[in-house]
Amino acid sequence: MLSSDSYSENGKMRDYHYTGPVEHRFSPYSFNGGTVLAVAGEDFAIVASDTRLSEGYSIHSRDSPKCYKLTDTTVIGSSGFHGDCLTLTKIIDARLKMYKHSNNKSMTSGAIAAMLSTILYGRRFFPYYVYNIIGGLDEEGKGAVYSFDPVGSYQRDTYKAGGSASSMLQPLLDNQIGFKNMENVQHVPLTQEKAVQLVKDVFISAAERDVYTGDALKICIITKEGIREETVPLRKD
Amino acid sequence: MALQDVCGFQDSALYPACSSSTTVIPDEDNWFYSRSSYKHNSTWREPRAKHGGIPLCFFIPRSQNTLICANHTNAFFSQGSNPSTSVTRPFPLSHGTTTLAFSFQGGVIAAADSRASCAGLVACPTTNKISPIHSHLVVTSSGCGADCMLWERILAREIRLYQLRHGRRLSIVGSAKLLSFMLHPFKGTEVCVALTLCGWDREERGVHSETQGGAMESQVGTAVKSNKGLSVCEIPVRCVSEPLPANALSRPLESEIQRKWEDPEGRVEPFMLSHHDQRTKTQAASNQSPISSQITTTKQSGPRLCYVCSDGTFLRGELFSVGSGSPYAYSVLDGAVRWEMCEEEAVSVAREAVYRATHRDAYSGNNVDIFHITARGWRRREREDLREEYYRERLRRRGQMKVREREETKGNEERMRREDAV
Repeated sequence: MLSSDSYSENGKMRDYHYTGPVEHRFSPYSFNGGTVLAVAGEDFAIVASDTRLSEGYSIHSRDSPKCYKLTDTTVIGSSGFHGDCLTLTKIIDARLKMYKHSNNKSMTSGAIAAMLSTILYGRRFFPYYVYNIIGGLDEEGKGAVYSFDPVGSYQRDTYKAGGSASSMLQPLLDNQIGFKNMENVQHVPLTQEKAVQLVKDVFISAAERDVYTGDALKICIITKEGIREETVPLRKD
Repeated sequence: MALQDVCGFQDSALYPACSSSTTVIPDEDNWFYSRSSYKHNSTWREPRAKHGGIPLCFFIPRSQNTLICANHTNAFFSQGSNPSTSVTRPFPLSHGTTTLAFSFQGGVIAAADSRASCAGLVACPTTNKISPIHSHLVVTSSGCGADCMLWERILAREIRLYQLRHGRRLSIVGSAKLLSFMLHPFKGTEVCVALTLCGWDREERGVHSETQGGAMESQVGTAVKSNKGLSVCEIPVRCVSEPLPANALSRPLESEIQRKWEDPEGRVEPFMLSHHDQRTKTQAASNQSPISSQITTTKQSGPRLCYVCSDGTFLRGELFSVGSGSPYAYSVLDGAVRWEMCEEEAVSVAREAVYRATHRDAYSGNNVDIFHITARGWRRREREDLREEYYRERLRRRGQMKVREREETKGNEERMRREDAV
């Protein structure tokens, strides 16, 4: 496991050059790459992620999706340090089960988001290095997306990209879904087909320009009928 | 969160399932106790004081220097507090903001921008930095986004618990003291929270206020019982007679008259009233209600403003601005804030201050949120995008320059005509 010194702030590796003797300390963190995206529509929500698991210059796996199904109406996408992603989803699953047994109903998306915020903040001084995005349907059946930072700050959005290519994808989504920075444009509501096509296009672009994103794309579409999954191949290089 | 505590819910998922056999019974006298965890050689710190204890359990890793030598030992009783974490975070947290709050005769104005930046990236252009805690208290937050969000939740929970336990609402200064007390164990850690509590302390039923003259007392007493007396403020009349300062501040009033106000029940008032309308409205109202509507700012009720910071600062005052853009906001506020301001002027000053700060500070920007807290509660102004403000101001300045040029040419022509005549 490489120390965090060799990684810059956004998780990418620093350029290799000799700066003199450097003391390396054990870092409990590692950056495993990956991008997650979520879009909320009128009566649907989409959570998509690539399936590449990388570390430094190597690829560990080409089939490691980052979306995890929590309930029939909620999916979480987690990218960052894979070890923390796995542990966090296990903790969330356990808490969901406890809630179901005590209250005889499943947790709603908003409740899961609030709970995740407190779980993440409980580790304020040794955070989970995970960028989470929750996508699902709220109590009224409308699409909801909740985006988190690694220590638990969250808010409800219409769309959000997280992970290594997030700074590339977010402006594109601002333009295409939020119609920001465009003049004299009609704000048409997003249909499910258009949203799915947009997600595919956006990930193809991300795979072109971000080395940690690629291999395949897994899309989970959440509607009141249930969760449907689609897999689309991406660049493997 | 409050319900959880009242029911005595044990959050067992946070405790490692296979912890060692040593269990520590919560000691009423001790604030802290720690319990060993076999896995990571790290200490759980669980403040469990009966009243005002921090409800979240925090996992605090031990310093890495002692990690190796303490590998085999099992004694983990708190070695003082070792709060400076040595685990370097590989990601940045959000910082950078402009928030301000000031009190004036008509209540308290709280304003903030809406940009959450994370190193160089704008993590969210539409955050809410001002959150209502209850009907008469609003908190502006700056510092680390997650810290602010969670501490606001904790504060709201503790205020609610106090209200349930003691049957009366905690005062603003009391809430601020409580928050400062709860943040104290985290002094020296990376928790970065700077909150401004803005609110209005309400008069208690049956509690006599320390006012001069019995007549005032009974007036206040009846004012509490009837809703009408407290709501109407007759000061706008005074405001019109005083000349507004002749600078750019007077201009924005025209363009912003159309913004909507929203109150906690979600009622939306369409337009801000112009001076004339408000004056006639208050006069009509004061004719109707038998109680003369004076501002009920007594020693125990009235606008309050407190600043609480995670490094231990606790200040009471009448004007605060926090964040990376605060120097720019202070310069605008120091020049324009007066106690006798009317509501429109106060709102436009706040808006101007945030606009100037967002213009010069890279980490502030996007929209401006304004809250106004009175004896009736808080009201929220519709969020306004400041991006257009820059261009509107340029147009205004160009218009002013054209006027000036026209006057100059007119003056020159007159002078030439006079010279010719001579």
